[in-house]
Amino acid sequence: MGQLSGPTDPTADAHWEHNHPRKGFFTDTSICIGCKACEVACKEWNHNPQDGNLELLGSSYDNTGALGASTWRHVAFVEQGRDRITEARESGRALVSLGMPRVGPPAAAAPAGQDLTGVDTTPPDTADFRWLMSSDVCKHCTHAGCLDVCPTGALFRTEFGTVVVQDDVCNGCGTCVAGCPFGVIERRSNGTVAVAAQRDEQHAEHPAVPNVGVAQKCTLCYDRLVDGETPACAKACPTTSIKFGDHDDMVETARERVADLHAQGLTEARLYGANELDGVGGTGSVFLLLDEPEVYGLPPDPRVPTADLPQMYRRAGMAVAGMVAAAAVAFLGGRA
Amino acid sequence: MTHSDFDSFRPPEPARRRRTGGKRGAGRRNGGDGSREMPMVPEAEFTSYYGRPVVKPAPWGDDVAVYLFLGGVAGGSALLGLGGQLTGRPTLRRNARLGALTAVSLGAVALVKDLGRPERFLNMLRTFKVTSPMSVGSWILSAFSAGTAVSAVAEIDRMSGERLPLGPLRKVLQAVEGPAGFEAALFAGPLAAYTAVLLGDTATPTWNAAHEELPFVFVSSAALASAGLAMITTPVHEAGPARKLAALGVVGDVVATRVMEHRMDPVAAEPLHEGKAGAMLKWSERLAVAGGLGTLLAGRNRAVAAASGLALLTASALTRFGVFEAGLASAKDPRYTIEPQKSRLAARRAAGITGDSITTAG
Repeated sequence: MGQLSGPTDPTADAHWEHNHPRKGFFTDTSICIGCKACEVACKEWNHNPQDGNLELLGSSYDNTGALGASTWRHVAFVEQGRDRITEARESGRALVSLGMPRVGPPAAAAPAGQDLTGVDTTPPDTADFRWLMSSDVCKHCTHAGCLDVCPTGALFRTEFGTVVVQDDVCNGCGTCVAGCPFGVIERRSNGTVAVAAQRDEQHAEHPAVPNVGVAQKCTLCYDRLVDGETPACAKACPTTSIKFGDHDDMVETARERVADLHAQGLTEARLYGANELDGVGGTGSVFLLLDEPEVYGLPPDPRVPTADLPQMYRRAGMAVAGMVAAAAVAFLGGRA
Repeated sequence: MTHSDFDSFRPPEPARRRRTGGKRGAGRRNGGDGSREMPMVPEAEFTSYYGRPVVKPAPWGDDVAVYLFLGGVAGGSALLGLGGQLTGRPTLRRNARLGALTAVSLGAVALVKDLGRPERFLNMLRTFKVTSPMSVGSWILSAFSAGTAVSAVAEIDRMSGERLPLGPLRKVLQAVEGPAGFEAALFAGPLAAYTAVLLGDTATPTWNAAHEELPFVFVSSAALASAGLAMITTPVHEAGPARKLAALGVVGDVVATRVMEHRMDPVAAEPLHEGKAGAMLKWSERLAVAGGLGTLLAGRNRAVAAASGLALLTASALTRFGVFEAGLASAKDPRYTIEPQKSRLAARRAAGITGDSITTAG
């Protein structure tokens, strides 16, 4: 058993003896164009069935809804006006002013313009409107809530530091679904496909939904990684918004990119998941966001529940002792 | 934005609505003349992505809540069974053992029924993971069931006048019956308490926020429920310990629940007071207090004892269902995920801790 919280190398924690670098994504939402090629490529490669009925959700161009058992990439669309853009710029500037510690090269190597306190870098032309697009994916956490609570060992840490479900081992207990602080993993149900009645024949041709009742999520294309290939979504991304590579390189790229954007006055840019001191020990998928995480449907301060597990076991032990003591008192008193 | 010579002919624009939030609430047109998007839901104090949940609720049906209840009844009954065994109360011992076996069997059926693939139940017994309360629990359940089954089968054999086709195994059964009662009682407390860890060790806001006190609530609830069952099944002259356990359980349940709600994040505690879950928990407390008073004041009357026992069992079931439902409700509303997280992040920042945020400037 490895650590339950704090910075660590998840691959070594899982007792992999070789020395594969940890792999990960860097999703730079500032250059996402919302084409959803990643969603399509992911579905195609992983043979994921249709997720729900085809319907318009009334949420800009997002008709996918959320990550789920059959949706392992989800492009979020957020429409914002000038006020909100100003707020995002301020909240990003506040982050810089907090003096967040930087991991990696010391300040000398960092690009200039890190200390933006009091410096007016707002471009004169704050846009009236902007469209945030962000391709969300499994975070492949350093301390993965889903993996820790899985009772069967179906979820495992791969040699690339990613988290993958073995569908033939999973018994569908659903503990991982509640264990994920990002709401990524989900148990696949059948009956999601309901095509109009007059298209019965086509309906019959739909392939059976695979892995019904089994927890499913992004594998970071484990089958492609073992062959030295790039995951399908990153391969398909036309703007390189989704970058794939060694986790350390991804974090470094992300830091450079956010520094560039800050230097351009875009103080709303911030990283999500690049801090190994956070509640999940840093994520394998790092994001560059242009507003607060909750705007994109991401939790603002996720904490892997298992980090508190030793404390929970202690409290449960105390409760058990109390219960036994109560029973003992009940019987001993009764004897007299 | 475009400008043209014809702009001056346009009617004046209405004052711009301040749009905080990427989007708030679910988007649905619900009024106006349909020419533009109208504000959908009252402005909330938090931002979310179209009001969609951040975390996913556990895909568990009522079967799991039933199991929470039955596991508690089984655990408490095994303790009463051991007490009866050690203090020479044969009727209490027999009824408690049979109650434990019945409850744990039904509970196991409920649990297996709720798995996505019931045929894979044994996959949980191919490994032991201390980081997984579900794994630990499946081993506790198995160990508990073994002892409970042996001791209960011994009772059944005795009740049937030794007519079970056991052959030479009867002597073995009679020899291990006592130790089996001990073994079951050893795992009784853990069986009642581990489900609290199972719920606490999730990202479901209300369950997670309750993780410190939930074990105390659950063992108290188990104690009063099993004592209630014994008060129903066992004549009053042998049920004295059950009455005392019931009283202690009620006190523990009420106090632990109050402390839990007090210590939780106020936003994450809201689902415990609202809707179906809130009603169930309110009635749970009322019934527990009523059952406890009945036990204390007139527990030596067979009819009152049985009625009190029934009230206590119902109270325990309502506690489990209430906590279960409150958690599911908290996972379905992004507010319960986002607001407590934002406030704890802000509190840490105010305290000068700025290094542990998932959002960083670089």
